[in-house]
This record gives sequence, structure tokens and C-alpha cells, in this order.
Amino acid sequence: MKANYGYKDGSGEFFITIDTDKCNSCGDCAKVCPPKVIVMITNDYDEVVPAVAEEHRKKIKYDCAPCKPVSGPRNLPCVAACKPVAIVHSW
Amino acid sequence: MVEFWRWKEYRWTAPDADWKNAGIISCGIDVGSVSSQAVIMTDGNLYAYSNMRTGSNSPDSARRALDWALEGTGLKQENMHFIVGTGYGRINIPFANKAITEIACHARGANFMYGPTVRTVLDMGGQDCKAIRCDEKGKVTAFLMNDKCAAGTGRGMEVFADLLQVHIEEVGDLSFKVDKEPPPVSSTCVVFAKSEASALLRKGVPKNEVLAAYCSAMAHRIFSLLERLGVEKDFGITGGISKNRGVVDRLTKELGITSLTPRYDPQVAGGVGAALFAKSLVEKQRAGQVAR
Amino acid sequence: MITAGIDIGAKTVKVVVLKDGKVAGKAIDLSGFDQRGTSDRLFRKALAEAGADIKDVRMIVATGAGKGEFPHANDPVTEVTADARGANVIHPKGRTVISVGAEEGRAIRTDAQGRVVDFAVNEKCAAGAGAFTESMARALELKVEDLGPLSLQSTNAVPMNAQCAVFAESEVVSLVHAGTSKQDISRAIHDAIASRISSMARRISVENDVVLIGGVAKNKGFVESLKRDLATEVFVPQDPEFISALGAAHIAFEKASKQGGN
Ligand code: SF4
Ligand code: SF4
Repeated sequence: MKANYGYKDGSGEFFITIDTDKCNSCGDCAKVCPPKVIVMITNDYDEVVPAVAEEHRKKIKYDCAPCKPVSGPRNLPCVAACKPVAIVHSW
Repeated sequence: MVEFWRWKEYRWTAPDADWKNAGIISCGIDVGSVSSQAVIMTDGNLYAYSNMRTGSNSPDSARRALDWALEGTGLKQENMHFIVGTGYGRINIPFANKAITEIACHARGANFMYGPTVRTVLDMGGQDCKAIRCDEKGKVTAFLMNDKCAAGTGRGMEVFADLLQVHIEEVGDLSFKVDKEPPPVSSTCVVFAKSEASALLRKGVPKNEVLAAYCSAMAHRIFSLLERLGVEKDFGITGGISKNRGVVDRLTKELGITSLTPRYDPQVAGGVGAALFAKSLVEKQRAGQVAR
Repeated sequence: MITAGIDIGAKTVKVVVLKDGKVAGKAIDLSGFDQRGTSDRLFRKALAEAGADIKDVRMIVATGAGKGEFPHANDPVTEVTADARGANVIHPKGRTVISVGAEEGRAIRTDAQGRVVDFAVNEKCAAGAGAFTESMARALELKVEDLGPLSLQSTNAVPMNAQCAVFAESEVVSLVHAGTSKQDISRAIHDAIASRISSMARRISVENDVVLIGGVAKNKGFVESLKRDLATEVFVPQDPEFISALGAAHIAFEKASKQGGN
């Protein structure tokens, strides 16, 4: 399943896409996410997969901001930690 | 205070079914931010449902919806073998046996409503917009949900209906009563789109044209959300805005595909999905007991 | 030498006229539906205040979302450049400029000369700009000027969940119905927008001093919330809404000076 968490508002599109079919349930992404935007859940089909925590879903543009400085190197911890490349950010 | 969609609450019972012969009586309750539905199914067939406004708290809304669905059927809550709660208020339904997300329930419900060929479902609600892709069993293969921004939701449309003093149900038809299709409102943000519309009105642009400009902006916005997900046929549209052809016709035109006609009331898709999940859970329980 | 800066914003137009680099006249008004007419009128008004004639003006620099609407301007500059320059003129120690207008929020990191090092912009969503507080004031049936003083009297931090100006209006209404005081609601409103503005600012890594400009800087409630969120002092100049126009006027002055003559 491709789970798109986030939103599109007037200012742009901010989605974190988690491909649960690629995910191996290791939980590394959740471990490295400083503000705990990413957490591990058991989804409706009983798979243990990462998801964007409910309380962050409407503001990931802001909550992920510290990982995304305007200039300088960009190395998102969640994306870097995921060996099977199951996490993609749209912005 | 912004008004709700001005729709009537209603209930329905299958005219020729008797629950007494049913092996599994399952129930799904969908507590949304605007409306709540309770759906009762007998062996996976639609038996009764209700659709009501959501009140100030979820437990109450769920209770009222269930009581109304049960009304006149002779059924009681105790007769339900399993109750699944879904929707935004799902974690707040004390008498539900399990909570399942509205995404999973909607996909499963759409599979029932439209048949197993449905691959993409768009649900345009009062305060959110969901796009779901599913397989032939109604299992979600991809989803996207936008409930942060009012643009592209029923609320955005309400703001416009209020501004233009048009009955929300008339928006669709009026938006086609224009000489030529105007360019869409350029701001996505409802707040800024409203200022844009006020400026148009002051310039003397007719009301219907402003409505058309907003409907097409909304259609385009939803189109771009669907693009992220990818649309595969067959395609179904549910939710409050599915009744607004001002948006739907423009959207399907842009997509270049038509939408399916549901076999049942698409408003209760989430509740139906929940009731179907409930049925599977009963089956699982029973199989487990036999095995033991 | 007379130079001028004009900032044609979404909501208001501001003009600053400099005589030899010193402020000699200024004017502000709502943009209205005729930005061009308003700009022209305000330009003449500011000139009159400076006691100058239109033919004395050596250079005019325009900025703001509607900067193209002023045909007299010699040169447009981006809002970010004008903000940075203006903030540097008024507070040379400033290294971070936060500018919050009706429809846009900006965070800019500058060097000692007021040049832009890095910036982030929040636009096209009312939730991250002054339009947010205006919508909230409307929902509370208050004037937007009243929100600031009210929020300073708040005793309780109440969270706001909605991240959209439209949904937040309903949330504010339900807070009123739940009996939350207008003071606490006002603070919640300012905390909400301040947290969005400061997250944006962190993307350019905030460095002291922080200068807050733009119309929303006049709202003391917002300033307090922003200070709390950034956990640092925030310098608010007098007439913060004029700083961008001031920056534009100074850019005009420099250019004209380089060209020589008087
Ligand atoms: S970008 Fe940073 S904050 Fe955002 S999900 Fe990844 S690790 Fe977490
Ligand atoms: S763009 Fe406008 S409508 Fe959308 S979230 Fe922002 S304030 Fe709300």
C-alpha cells in the first residue's frame, strides 16, 4: 500500500509517502525521527508499518522543517535510515 | 456560524429481508465530522441504515445513529455479533468492538457499492477529501487524505455558497448557467479565493460565473490530488460533494473518465465497509473457536 | 536628493520618501481595488509631506506583491531584498528579519550590510499570514486590533488544532461555546500563528538580533507569542509596516548616489 500522509494547501504539497509493500517493518525510520513524526503502527490489515502520527499529519511542513534547512546539505534521517527505500517526501 | 449541508436525515430498511434467518448480524458505525451513519448487515447484505448529523460528541452521535437504524426492525444492539466503528470519531464509540480507519472501510464499502471492478474511489466530505485505490477485494493499495485545508472540501464550497447567498444544493446547476466557462479562481486558499470572488462580484461579474470559476478551481484541485495517486478505472465518487455536479462534471471531464453509478446510497459507504469488516471478524472468531 | 520606495502589498500600499537618505515623508492606505490609483495618490501625498515635487525624484524603487502596478518606478526589487535592507537601516545589529504581512510571512537571514543570506517564504495559505488573525477576529466578532491586548491578559494556554484559517474559525466558535475566555482564545490564536512563523524561521536558522516587521508586528499579542516560541528577544521597530518601503527607498538612494550628481 502507498500511504500518503500530509496535505496540499494553498502554499504547496506536503506529503510523506510510505510504501508498506517495500517496508520490512524494521522500525529504523521511527527511531531516528527527532520529533516522532513517524511512528510504527499496526494497520488495518495487521501489518506493522510506519505511519505519520495523527497529531503531526496536518503540519508536517512545519514539524519536518528542522530536518529541511533552506540551504545546506539535505539528508532526511527517516529516508536515510530506510534501507528498502520505502519513504519518500514530496517537498 | 457556518451552516451545515442542508440535507435531510434519513433511514432505510430492506423491504423484504428478515434478520431472524441471518447467521451473522454485523454493524458498522461511521462517525464523521459532519454526518454519522449506522449500517446493519445480515450475512453481508445491506439490512438497515441511518444517516444523521453528527452532534457535539461522538459517543452520542454513534448511539443515536445506531438506535435509529435499529428502529422498527425488532433488532437490538445485543443482537449485533460485532460492531466496528470508523470515521473521525471512531475511537470514541464505547460500544464498538473495534475501530478501523475510514480509509480501509471506505475501500471495502466502495467494493460493495460499485462492485469489484472499482479501483479508485474519491470521497469528498464536508471537511476532508480522500482518494483511495483498491484491489478487487476492496483492499487499499494506495490512499491520500487531505483534511488540513478547507479548499477542496465541502466547507470551502459552503463558504462560497454563503458569500454568494446561494443554496448549497443549487450551486452545481447554477454554475452551468453561464455564457462561457470562466477561468478558475486562481487562489487555492479559501480565504484568499473569497477575496478574489468579492473583487469579481464588485467588478460586476455575474454570480453564476463566480460560482463556475470556483467549481472549476475545486475540480482542478481535486484532479491534482488524484494525479498524485494515479487514477485507474473504474472510478467512483462518494461524499457530500458527489451531489454537486458543478464540481463532479468538471472533474470527470478533466480526468477523461466517467464515474460509476453506485448500487446503493454512497453516503453510507464507510459504514458498509465497517459492517463488512465486522462480518469478517465474526467469521474469524468462529473459525478460531472451531479450530480450538 | 529625493528618492522613494513604494511597497504595494496585498492589503495596503506604503510609500516612503527620503531626502538625502533621511525619511522626509510617508503615506499608507488600503490598496483597494485600484492598486495603481492608490499607489499614485499615496506617492503624491508622501512627496507633498516631504515638500518635494515629482520632478525632483531621482529614483523610485517598488516592491511588494503588486510592484508591477506602479509605472513610475525605475526598478522593482523583491520583498525579501527590501525587507532585509529596511530592517538593516533601522536596526543594524539585526541578523534575522521576520516579516509578516496580510498574505505572506517571510523569514530572512541577513549579513551586517543587510544583504540576504538565506530566506524562507510562507505564501498563499492564510494560516501562515496576517489574514489568519483577521479571520479569527471576525469569528470572535472583535476588531483585529483588540486581539493583541486581550491575549496579553490570558491566563491559560489553550491549544488550537486546526491548521487552516477556515477550520480554525469553527474551532474558535466552539471554544467560545465551551466557555473559553476571549483572552485565552486570543492567545491561542497568536500562539498558533507564531508557531507556524517560527517553524518557518528555523529553516533559515535564527540568529540574533531578530527584527520583526510588517503590519502584524503591531500586534503585541503576536509579538509575545513569537518571543515565547523562539525563546529570544524580538526587536520591533516603530511603524513596522513601513520597513519594506523604507528598504526600497534606501536601495533607490544608494543606486542614485552611485550614479552621481545630486
Ligand atoms: S524529515 Fe525528519 S522530522 Fe520529518 S519524518 Fe523524516 S526524520 Fe522525522
Ligand atoms: S490555504 Fe487557506 S483554506 Fe487551505 S489551509 Fe491554508 S488557510 Fe486554510
